Amino acid sequence: MLVVDDLHASIGGTEVLHGLTLEVPDGEVHAVMGPNGSGKSTLAYVLAGRDPYQVTAGRVLYDGADLLAMTPEERAAAGVFLGFQHPVEIPGVPTMYFLRTALNAQRRSRGEEELGPVEFLALVDAKRRLVDMDRTLLDRAVNDGFSGGERKRNEILQMLMLEPRLAVLDETDSGLDIDALRVIAAGVSSLRAPNRSAVLITHHQRLLEHLIPDRVHVLAGGRIVRSGGADLAAELEAHGYAGLDDPGVEAFPVSTATAR
Amino acid sequence: MNAVTRPATARRPPSGTDSGLAAQILDRASEPGWPPEPGWLRAARRRAAAWVEDHGFPTTKHEDWRYTKIDAALAVPMGTPPEGAADGGASVSVGDLVGPHLSGARIVVVNGRVVPELSSTGDRLPPGARVEALAGALQRLDGRLEPSWLWRAGDYPHALRAMNDAAAVDGVLIDLPPGTVVEDPIEVVFVAMPAGQPSWSHPRVIVVAGAGAGATLGETYLSGPGGPAVTNALTQVHLGAGAQLAHHVLQGERTDSFHFSSLEARLAEGSRLSSRLLATGGRIGRHEVDVVLAGKGADVDLDGLFLTGTGQHHDNPVLVDHAAPGCTSRQLYKGVISGDGHGVFNGHLVVRPGADGTDAAQVNKNLLLSERAEVDTRPRLEINADDVACTHGAAVGQLDPDALFYLRSRGVSEREARAVLVSGFAHEILERFGSGPIRRRAEELATAAGLIVLDEDGRSSGAVTAATTRARRGGRPQ
Repeated sequence: MLVVDDLHASIGGTEVLHGLTLEVPDGEVHAVMGPNGSGKSTLAYVLAGRDPYQVTAGRVLYDGADLLAMTPEERAAAGVFLGFQHPVEIPGVPTMYFLRTALNAQRRSRGEEELGPVEFLALVDAKRRLVDMDRTLLDRAVNDGFSGGERKRNEILQMLMLEPRLAVLDETDSGLDIDALRVIAAGVSSLRAPNRSAVLITHHQRLLEHLIPDRVHVLAGGRIVRSGGADLAAELEAHGYAGLDDPGVEAFPVSTATAR
Repeated sequence: MNAVTRPATARRPPSGTDSGLAAQILDRASEPGWPPEPGWLRAARRRAAAWVEDHGFPTTKHEDWRYTKIDAALAVPMGTPPEGAADGGASVSVGDLVGPHLSGARIVVVNGRVVPELSSTGDRLPPGARVEALAGALQRLDGRLEPSWLWRAGDYPHALRAMNDAAAVDGVLIDLPPGTVVEDPIEVVFVAMPAGQPSWSHPRVIVVAGAGAGATLGETYLSGPGGPAVTNALTQVHLGAGAQLAHHVLQGERTDSFHFSSLEARLAEGSRLSSRLLATGGRIGRHEVDVVLAGKGADVDLDGLFLTGTGQHHDNPVLVDHAAPGCTSRQLYKGVISGDGHGVFNGHLVVRPGADGTDAAQVNKNLLLSERAEVDTRPRLEINADDVACTHGAAVGQLDPDALFYLRSRGVSEREARAVLVSGFAHEILERFGSGPIRRRAEELATAAGLIVLDEDGRSSGAVTAATTRARRGGRPQ
């Protein structure tokens, strides 16, 4: 599904990712954990195609295709979804309109029929119940005046509507209460399928108690420094990240361990 | 009480354009077709024309016209415009332009004169309420309309305003006795049809609302081919105690036309005016608003949205004068400037001595969509009373790159994402056009100007607009 190979990326002339290597096979959920400033959000933005981030070396393959050569909208249409750490407010644009515009834009670019108003409303109604989101929020402008939890639910709602093949969720669990955390875990779990994958970028283990990942990677100092199974998350929670961003620490040979 | 300083128009020697203007206008009074007029009106015209001769037309040296150069409009002959619905030779008929009739009264004014065949005052007006052609009302009511011509006499803000006093021959009178409430919107459609004879017209609307009266007035300005045409319109609103007027202006003239309009309103105690503007048309569109809050507790709510494209210039001078205590005013103007368009917001908020308890807000926000787009914004406060709450602000910006990326990351193309963000910016004003037929007209005009109209149910705008148009055409006989 996703192969990140020796990725170097910088913003504003400062290199943040220093040779990041990561592979996420079809059907797997991987967690990327790491301390603040380790490059977690940079990884998310680079995968989604955010402008000011510059890839200076390395490559990213998505289903074997060069992901970095695609525009953000092409990536989305190909099935890549980024759940934002800080979902953006768009004053004046009703959430419902936003959802339908996004869904139909993706359908068009895949050569599919646009969804009519009736089908769309039925779909939205079913999905927003899954994330326990009030109907009235959908008539309001995108994230405008939404609480932190409402914004994150809105991200998951968008993910459920768009049914991506690769979901990259950037700190989607931060600042959430336990109910919201369960909703988000259930949302991600509902998409689990042999042809879908997810990358959960997180600072804490909390989400991973509700959503058991297939692999856990530790990102420190712009590289993956350790990889392991689900129990690695608990270990990190117990012992912290101290020492992990030491460039002398040898990374686990992730690429060989999971190479296809 | 000289808190408001109205700078005198820069004097200049009479040029070919305005020399002998008074004589020209008064000569026309003897032309066939010019209705017989009461003596006070002849005298008022003479005084106004003399003022124009004396002061000359505004130039960019005049503070309120600093950004708006009107030479090209002044080059258009000021002589008598083609009479009535001059469709002759035009590829578009007035009927096509004005579109289907909304519910309620509709008056169609072509080249400054009411066209009775296209107008209907409706049969649902409450007893005593009148909506009628101004020309007839001037003759019949005689002196009752004189105050309207004396409103600014001798104290004109500029020559175009004086020109309307000098040359307005027709338009609409809306006369609402105390307590009468007109439920259906009253629609006035102004059409400039130059049909190969470029000319000026000076239509006028007068609204007199007695205590507790209420109405909704929609003004639509359009123009036909064969221009350029110059529209120099004036709307005067007198609201009695507790009266209410919802006023909607749609300016969608062709981009070879020149549009100058003034809204003058005087609000008595506890009365309420809400006025909103959508301007998409004209080579020059200048939409002046001048509101005096004259009675305690009066309230005015002003919104404007100008969509200014290549080759266009939109100027929005807004003066709100708090002359009584306890009044509230709110202004929100938004500009979307693209290509080499030029937008201007010139807001002036005055609080007179003694106008304690004033609550006023003035906001102008502008979106520049190209590097050549330009906007000048000047929000001004002039406060001469204590115990007031006044806020003002202006912003000029470009599309938010974070929001743009958010949309693109969801699969929306950059082009469509930009359009959605522009529409979101405009939506706040468009939704203030209510939910009735005037809102649909506003959305049609905005759509014609390239704006996507957002729908809260997530339906796409184009299809919805077309469907409602069809339903209205089919469902309501004209």
